[in-house]
Amino acid sequence: MINEKKTNEFVVSKIIFPDKTKIISPIKKERWMLGDILTDAGKIPLIKTVLDKKDNIEHRQIRWNNKKRMNYSVSPGLYGVGNPVKDSPVFVSANYKLSFDILRESLKNFNAWVLVLETKGINVWCAAGKGSFGTKELNYRIKSVALEKIVSHKKIIVPQLGAPGIAAHLVKKETGFKVIYGPVRAADIPKYVENNFIKTEEMKKVTFPVNERMKLVPMELVPALKYVPHIAFVLLILNVFGSAPMLTETLLEIGLLLISIIIGTALTPMLLPYIPFRSFAAKGWILGIVSILPLIYIFEKGFTLVIIYLLLFPPLSSYLALNFTGSSTYTNLSGVVKEMKYSLPLMIVSIVLGIVLKIYILF
Amino acid sequence: MKYRNMKYLKNVTTLKYNSEKCIGCGMCADVCPHSVFIMQGRKSALIDKDACMECGACKKNCPTGAIEVTEGVGCAYAIVMGKLRGTEPSCDCSNDTGCC
Ligand code: SF4
Ligand code: SF4
Repeated sequence: MINEKKTNEFVVSKIIFPDKTKIISPIKKERWMLGDILTDAGKIPLIKTVLDKKDNIEHRQIRWNNKKRMNYSVSPGLYGVGNPVKDSPVFVSANYKLSFDILRESLKNFNAWVLVLETKGINVWCAAGKGSFGTKELNYRIKSVALEKIVSHKKIIVPQLGAPGIAAHLVKKETGFKVIYGPVRAADIPKYVENNFIKTEEMKKVTFPVNERMKLVPMELVPALKYVPHIAFVLLILNVFGSAPMLTETLLEIGLLLISIIIGTALTPMLLPYIPFRSFAAKGWILGIVSILPLIYIFEKGFTLVIIYLLLFPPLSSYLALNFTGSSTYTNLSGVVKEMKYSLPLMIVSIVLGIVLKIYILF
Repeated sequence: MKYRNMKYLKNVTTLKYNSEKCIGCGMCADVCPHSVFIMQGRKSALIDKDACMECGACKKNCPTGAIEVTEGVGCAYAIVMGKLRGTEPSCDCSNDTGCC
């Protein structure tokens, strides 16, 4: 007994000392905490597994607000769920609050520990790619919360999408804990536990279904819309100060601009698997052409203007579609580099030609 | 499901696998989100190379260095920003499914 206390003190002082600025265990009281549980390594906060209204409102807000999303985090450290004991499983998470919320919600009815890593409010996958969800941080967190005193087993469950940042064999070597890669989606955790901590093929695969694609649309759409007023202004100036003022054209052009943006940021993601070509730039371009043709036809603006619009607008859709590679879950860097090498020059040529022609017919 | 139609460009991935070094631990097959590797007996087998998204998970978790891949984020914006800043492609965004 005395012995253990001694080691306790030792651990505590040893950890807090070298780095006072880092929070070892979450101390700040939060809305979603329930109280504390006393362990051999000190008090650990318990967390709720039911999200409240405020959580849900926040989740909706961050989808539309990039700035808010960047600062949506929880304190790293160890938390408890239910009534955790020494042989309860340990789930590792990033400190992006949305990831954390999804995890705690899927741990409903479980007794478990949640070890939150400092990833600067970025989700597991992104943080693993950047390395902040990494071997070093995991090792540090395991030691800093004295996990070996809190649980009697030597296993931690890391989300599979954290694997790009974590070398399981090195974690084992340094901390003694064996990393087990859990399901890709936290929502699969109950099934995973039921299945005796064995992943099914389904749980291992990253998919990109339409509802997930649509969730990403605001993130693509909102920044793109920011440029609309500028471009609209230029179009207006051009049309008004040309030798023959063309006001209806301005409206049509602004309309086409908006449509092209929606095609690139919303329609392409939505129809992604159904649009021909593998290249995202090609998908966006094709869809851009197909969707604005009927409009130009309806407004009957003459052959030259049709050509101009076809030169000007589809490249925008193409560029925005190319941008969506960043949100997609199956593109790779080499491929995107290749796509850009071919498509960016084409986009520039097309747009420049369009502008030149437009100015030519205006003056 | 339609997901099968979601295949990215062919023959672009930098993934390389040296089966001689493989000790059959199974980690690569366990971590790959696109089932690029499967275990065949006591060795891993590369079965769907074009599905590789260059996330680097397999390489990172292979204890013997049997896998090589230049990992990176397949994101146009990240590459443009990387070029502009003269750094590696890296993004500032954080979204809720893919990255980035
Ligand atoms: S991780 Fe490496 S050693 Fe293990 S099965 Fe894969 S290739 Fe073989
Ligand atoms: S880099 Fe990622 S996607 Fe490619 S084979 Fe390895 S784990 Fe799979």
